[in-house]
Amino acid sequence: MRIIATAVVAAALLAGPAGARDKKKDEAKSEAKAAPFNKDPYPSTYKAYPSVPTAVTNVTVYDGEGAKFANATVYFRDGKVEGVETGGAVKDGYTVIDGTGKWVTPGIIDVHSHLGDYPTPSVDANSDGNEATGPARPEVWAEHSVWPQDPGFSRALVNGGVTALQILPGSANLFGGRSVTIKNVYARNVQGMKFPGAPYGLKMACGENPKRVYGSKGQMPSTRMGNMAVNRQTWARAAEYKRKLDKGETVARDLGLETLAGVLSGEILVHNHCYRADEMSLVIDMSKEFGYKVSAFHHAVESYKIADLLAKEGICSAMWADWWGFKMESYDAINENIPLVHKAGACAIVHSDDENGIQRLNQEAAKALGDGRRIGIDIPDEIAWTWLSYNPAKALGIADKTGSLKPGKMADIVLWNGNPLSVYTRPDKVWIDGALMYDSSDPKKRPISDFELGQPGEGDVK
Amino acid sequence: MKHLLLACAALIATTPLSAQTVAITGGKLVIGDGSAPIENGTVLVSNGRVVAAGANVVVPAGAERIDASGKWVTPGIVAGFTRLGLVGVDAVDGSNDAEARGTPFNASLDISPAINADVAAMAVNRAAGVTRAIVSPDAGNAIFAGQGAVVDTGADFNPVTKSRVFEFVEFGETGARLSGGSRPALLAAFRNALGEASDAARGVFRDDALLKRSDALALVPVANGAMKLFVHVESAVDILAVLSLKKDFPALSLVLIGATEGWRVAPQIAAAKVPVLASALNDLPATFEQIAATQSNIGRMKKAGVQVGVGMINDNEARQAQLSMQYAGNLVALNKVPGASGLSWDQAFAAITSVPAEIAGMGAEIGSLRAGRKADVVIWDGDPLELTSGVQAVWIDGVKQSLTSRQTRLRDRYTQPAEGALPNAYDH
Repeated sequence: MRIIATAVVAAALLAGPAGARDKKKDEAKSEAKAAPFNKDPYPSTYKAYPSVPTAVTNVTVYDGEGAKFANATVYFRDGKVEGVETGGAVKDGYTVIDGTGKWVTPGIIDVHSHLGDYPTPSVDANSDGNEATGPARPEVWAEHSVWPQDPGFSRALVNGGVTALQILPGSANLFGGRSVTIKNVYARNVQGMKFPGAPYGLKMACGENPKRVYGSKGQMPSTRMGNMAVNRQTWARAAEYKRKLDKGETVARDLGLETLAGVLSGEILVHNHCYRADEMSLVIDMSKEFGYKVSAFHHAVESYKIADLLAKEGICSAMWADWWGFKMESYDAINENIPLVHKAGACAIVHSDDENGIQRLNQEAAKALGDGRRIGIDIPDEIAWTWLSYNPAKALGIADKTGSLKPGKMADIVLWNGNPLSVYTRPDKVWIDGALMYDSSDPKKRPISDFELGQPGEGDVK
Repeated sequence: MKHLLLACAALIATTPLSAQTVAITGGKLVIGDGSAPIENGTVLVSNGRVVAAGANVVVPAGAERIDASGKWVTPGIVAGFTRLGLVGVDAVDGSNDAEARGTPFNASLDISPAINADVAAMAVNRAAGVTRAIVSPDAGNAIFAGQGAVVDTGADFNPVTKSRVFEFVEFGETGARLSGGSRPALLAAFRNALGEASDAARGVFRDDALLKRSDALALVPVANGAMKLFVHVESAVDILAVLSLKKDFPALSLVLIGATEGWRVAPQIAAAKVPVLASALNDLPATFEQIAATQSNIGRMKKAGVQVGVGMINDNEARQAQLSMQYAGNLVALNKVPGASGLSWDQAFAAITSVPAEIAGMGAEIGSLRAGRKADVVIWDGDPLELTSGVQAVWIDGVKQSLTSRQTRLRDRYTQPAEGALPNAYDH
């Protein structure tokens, strides 16, 4: 609940179009002390593309919040979901798409991507995801590295049905910097992709990467205790900075501390790369020591060991189905991690961290589902879809706007050409804010990035 | 302790178990050679080999019968290009034998003694239905990486099915880098190496030779075609360059690995009769040699008449051979995408069983349930290419395998995560 409330406040602080409810909050906020700096200097310029009122008929629907509808019609208009209905004639005034034999779901949301920051082609010149020049770099913003022409965005759309994603800095640093949540639409600049009203995130990282990167330079941290010491010292400075800000004292602008103060005041959500159960447990205590909340642990391959603790703390785990063993901290990964976390009542998310994996997040969910069922955790398909849309939306603070097919939400919708938890299924059509952004039967509705234009393979099926 | 004893018992019992005659009956039977599944089929196994498989197999009296009604019965998966068994944990150097950057040797490096059935990836992939794998060394400091093998994933101390099956060489961007920085340098290194092999075959070792004697000698069977040459190559242009090597070195027995842009020169590959172990789902311009990547690559090559199986170069191949089934399933999915080219289900399953076996020259031994093949059999609870399906039983060389791994042990320990009367460390 706190996350949702935070999202609304953050939305009010942003310059984007505000609804009546947000405006009210905005007025309330204006009575508080104004921040001494612009909190939204690179505002979203994203606008929904033109759409027509659409009814997708005769489909099986997973609404993203756990409900399933058979032989249903999904209505959307003016970029918003109107509703899911079963029975009765199709209402007039809609472009009708017959979805017989097909499925409709909310668009998939990837809570962990580096598209744009580590784009393809994977060349040094475009490798902009880790400011690995100091273990605490909260001052950098991932959006300032996003190359909007990464061909990976189109693959995530057409093969993956991904409609929104969080771009995070890499994990070389303990404090990697700010993340940005974007709509999966091409634009000339990152501002044109930014998800209106989404709160910022802060990327943090536990474990092997920071201690290896800096330890190998003969620098702190070189150990896990060093990781924690640098973390705590940095949070202590942030707390001091925030105290001064709150008192209205004049402070020199410090971009890193501004971000950390934003976390401490609940405006910026923490996304913490952390594999091991013991380290997640320490981070939870650290968050209490300094007064913030972790929104999600990412790459949380050992969440199954502390699923009870994660449920109690209300922290999401962003996980792979079966990626494991590439380094020590991934050695204890198990295929049943996602269903075990779900079963414990904790928030489970399927994430990619990968330009290929992001094209198959639905398939990762299906594998986890099968592995869970074989040990007696019988989760229905429609419940599993919460791992792909609603739960990531929750962790990103945008669940009030997207992530399910509840009326009034953004019409971020995928029509699948079969059961989306089958290996034999691909997106047929994808709408973002009600606009048709991919149509498998229309080559003109298949985005081609600037990079690919005029090169071999341009416009091919991918 | 109990599990250790079981593991030892399995090792000791190997011979008698494989000698048994076993009939797996009633399942949906996949031969693996590209033929359609057979309903209510029977596989008869004896002395570690397939005796017969099909619809009308007579089960001899005294055979152990295993009822697979409602299940799928297939040959074990043959992972087409991997580094399985060479790596414990990728980032832990001491456990990683995939490549050697500091050695003066290259082409003569034989990976078979390094294949380790104890690495966790063996048990994980075995339990997932992968029974054999083509295993290649990685190139550390020269274009020639060494000699690859075909292995099994069985829980025993004999993982190598056949050693020195092929030499592996890096072409394209990686080969150019390893050669000093350009494709001309790569071609010069390649031609020089085969020249030195030719000298070595005649007992000539020149003072200015660049290769060690053992490496030059190791390339003799490559030059004369007795040993296959697996060539990692991605772009259309580089593929044509590799095919044209046959003009100067006509005996080369080439296999293309990766071949992301193979579809653009598929007729030429087919005409050269060069088989391919291709990456199934590459669809991004990950490098400048993969600009035209598309998942339709394999389907288009197949339609052009290329012999093509699924390989996994530079794709978590030391651990994730278990993704072979998902990759094959995705190739089937392409048939429903307008404009895309996929494989039929039967072709896709063959692409991860009999086709890689044949490309490795071992189609008479592994990769299908045709009579006489090694008895590598898997029972699945559903369509083996489908994501929610799982493995119920695995035989390798006719020996029933444990499906336990450290992953399943961890799972069982933490099904209820909270510690009880004693710490979880006592739960075993």
